[in-house]
Amino acid sequence: MTETEVFFQQVIIGLSNGMIIALVALGYTMVYGIVELINFAHGDVFTLGGFLALTIIGALGAAAIIDPSTLGDSSNWMLLVGLVLASGVFCGALNMSIDRVVYKPLRRASKLTQLVAAIGVSFILVNIAQFWGGLPMEVFNDGVSATAPKDFPDVLDWQTNLLGEDSAIALRVEDVAIFAITIPLMVGLTLFVKKTRLGRGMRATAQNPVAARLMGIDTDRVISATFAIGGFLAGAASVMYAVFNNSITYQQMGFRAGMDAFTAAVLGGIGSLPGAMLGGVLIGLIRAMSDQYIETRWTNVVVFGVLILILVFRPSGLLGLKQREKV
Amino acid sequence: MKNHASHRLLRAAASLFALALPGLAASAAPADAYANSVKIVSSLPRTGSANAQTTSMVNGIKMAIAERGGKIGDVEIVYEDWDDASPQRGNWDPAVEAANADKAIADEAVLAYIGTYNSGASKISMPKLNSAGIVMVSPGNTYPGLTKAGFGEANEPAVYRPSGKINYFRVVPTDDVQGSVAADYAKELGATKAYVLHDRELYGKGIADVFKKSAEGLGIQIVGFDGIDNKASNYKSLATKIKQSGADLVYFGGTTQTNAGQLAKDIVASGLKAKLLVPDGCFEEAFISAAGAKALEGRCFITFGGVEAKALTGKGKDFYENYKKTYGGEPEGYAVYGYESANVVLAAMERIHKAGGKLDRASVLAEVGKTKDFAGALGVWSFDENGDTTNRTMSVNTVKDGKFTTVKVVQ
Repeated sequence: MTETEVFFQQVIIGLSNGMIIALVALGYTMVYGIVELINFAHGDVFTLGGFLALTIIGALGAAAIIDPSTLGDSSNWMLLVGLVLASGVFCGALNMSIDRVVYKPLRRASKLTQLVAAIGVSFILVNIAQFWGGLPMEVFNDGVSATAPKDFPDVLDWQTNLLGEDSAIALRVEDVAIFAITIPLMVGLTLFVKKTRLGRGMRATAQNPVAARLMGIDTDRVISATFAIGGFLAGAASVMYAVFNNSITYQQMGFRAGMDAFTAAVLGGIGSLPGAMLGGVLIGLIRAMSDQYIETRWTNVVVFGVLILILVFRPSGLLGLKQREKV
Repeated sequence: MKNHASHRLLRAAASLFALALPGLAASAAPADAYANSVKIVSSLPRTGSANAQTTSMVNGIKMAIAERGGKIGDVEIVYEDWDDASPQRGNWDPAVEAANADKAIADEAVLAYIGTYNSGASKISMPKLNSAGIVMVSPGNTYPGLTKAGFGEANEPAVYRPSGKINYFRVVPTDDVQGSVAADYAKELGATKAYVLHDRELYGKGIADVFKKSAEGLGIQIVGFDGIDNKASNYKSLATKIKQSGADLVYFGGTTQTNAGQLAKDIVASGLKAKLLVPDGCFEEAFISAAGAKALEGRCFITFGGVEAKALTGKGKDFYENYKKTYGGEPEGYAVYGYESANVVLAAMERIHKAGGKLDRASVLAEVGKTKDFAGALGVWSFDENGDTTNRTMSVNTVKDGKFTTVKVVQ
C-alpha cells in the first residue's frame, strides 16, 4: 500500500466510525438542548438496540438467513433496514419510557439529581444487557458466557471490495451501508426539526421552556418526542455499529459509544444538531489519523487534547451558539 | 444564571466520566466468629467476560475442599468466593482488589488467599497480604516480575514483599517461559516480520516485551510495537497500519477482557493475511465466542502454561473426569489451576494437622512454602526459591471446529 492509499483507507474507516458516533451524539445533544440533561444512559440504550438486533437474527434463524450464498443479496439489505427500524423503534420507546418513569418526576429537581438518576439508569441498563447476553440462544453461545462479547454475523458481504478486488483501498459494502443509512437519517432529522410543527415546538422549548408553554406548546409532549427520536437514532446506530464491528458487548460498547458521542456533542457545541454530526465525524477521523500517523496508545490523548484546545478557543464548541443569558 | 448552571453541569459530568466510578466492596466480616473453622478465600474476576473461566476455577477450588469432606481433622474449612471485578470495568478493578485484601486481613479466620487471576491485581494485594503474613497462591498470574528480578521494574519483586519474606506462590509457569515458547513457535510458523501489540496492562505488556526480545533473538524482525486502547470499538485503522508494515505475524499480549476478540476480527476483516499469536489470557471459550470461530481457525495460535484439561494425565485426568461428572460441563483451561492452588493449601494444612500443630496464618504460610515434589493434577512439582512452580509444561493451541485443540506440547 502506498502512502496515499493508506491515507484514503484511513479516511474511509474514520468516516464510517465517525458516522456511527454522530448518530449517537445526536441523541445526546437533542436531549441536552431541550431539558439540559446529560443523558448518561444514552450509550446503554444504544447497547440494548444491538442486543435486540442480534436476538431478532437469532429468532429468525441466523444460519438460514445469513447464509454466505445470500450475501450481497437484496434480501439482506431488507433485513438490515428491518433491523434498523426494529432497533430504532425499540430504543425510541425505551428512551421515552425512561424519561416518563425516571426523568419526568425529577424535571424540577436540581440538575445534579437528574444527572445521578441518569447514571443510575445507565447501571440498570448495563445489567439488563448482561442478563440478556446470557439467554440460552445460539447467537449468545447458548448463554454460556453472558458477559463475553457476542459475535454479530455478517448481514452484508464484507469481503467484496467495491473498488475492485485488486484495489489496495477497500471500500466495503458495510461502509456504504453506514453512509446510506446515516445520511438520510441526518437529513430527515434536520428537515423534521426545521419544517414540522413538532420540530418548531422543539426549538421553542429548547430556547425557553416556560415561554413555550405559555405560547400553548405541550412541552411534555415535545420532550417525550425528543427522547423518542434520540432513542430511535441510537437504535439505528447500534445496528450499524454491530454490522460494522461484527460484535456487541454488554458494557464496553455503550460506555465507549456514550463517551465518544458525548465528546462529539461537546466538540460540536452541545445542543447543536449540525455540531453533533460534525463532532462525530471529526472524532472518527481524528482517531483513524492518530492510529495511523501517531500511535494507537496516544489516540485518546489526541482526541481529548483536540477537545480541550477547541473548548479553550471556542468554549461553546465548533458550531455552538453563544447562549443568551437566561434569567 | 442558567448559563452558569449548565457549565457546572458539564464540568460535573466530565469529571464523573473521568472517575469511571470505582466499585464499592462489601465491608469486612467480624473476626473470630469461627472458633472451630478456618477460611480460605479466593479473589478472582467474577464479573465480566472472565466469568466463565473463573466459575470453572472456583468449581476446581470447591472440588478440592469437597474431596476432603470440607474438613481438616475436626476443623471445618469455610470457602468464600470473592469478586475482584466491578461492573463498571467489566474486568478486575484495583479498588475492589485492594478492598478484598483489606477484608481478608481484617478477618482473622482467613488463613489463605487464592488469587489473583490478573497479574496487575496481585501487584495491589501482594504487599498488603505480605505485611499481614497471609499466604497467597495464584492460580493465574504469569507476569514474571511478581516473583523474579530482572523482568520488569528495578524494584520488583522486593516492592511486593515489605516484610522481606515470601508469601506469594503460584502454580502456573511464568511469562518468561511462555513468551519464548511463543517466539519459538512464531519462527516455526515461518514468520519473518512480526507486529507486536499489547493491552498496556502489567501482564499483557510484560509478555509482549518477552516475546519481542525472544523473537528478535531468533532473527524475526519487529516491524511495530504498540499498546492498544482496550476499550476501542474496533481496530480497523490499526489493522490498516499493520497491513502497510508488511507483517506476516501479529502478536497480541492481552486477554479476552482487553479486547483480543475484536482485534482478531478486525485483522481478518482488513484482509490482512498475517497469523495471530496470543498468550494464555485468551485461552478461554469467551475468546472464541468474542472473535467468532471463523476469524481464528487456521490462523490464530494460543500459548498456555500447561495443557488443555482433557489432555491432562494421572491425577489431572481424574480431576477432568470428576469435574465433568460434578458440574456437567467441560472445565476451562484454568480450572485445574484453581484446583491445584486449593490442593496445595489444603495439603499444607493436613501436614500441620498431622504433626499436631495449630492452624494459623504463620504455620500455613510456612508449610505452603515447604511444598516439595507435590504430586498433583499438574504432575509432580515443587515451589522454587522465588515461590514459582518448577513445572514448565507449555502448550500451543489453535481453534478447530469452534474448539481449542493442542498443536504442540513443550516440556
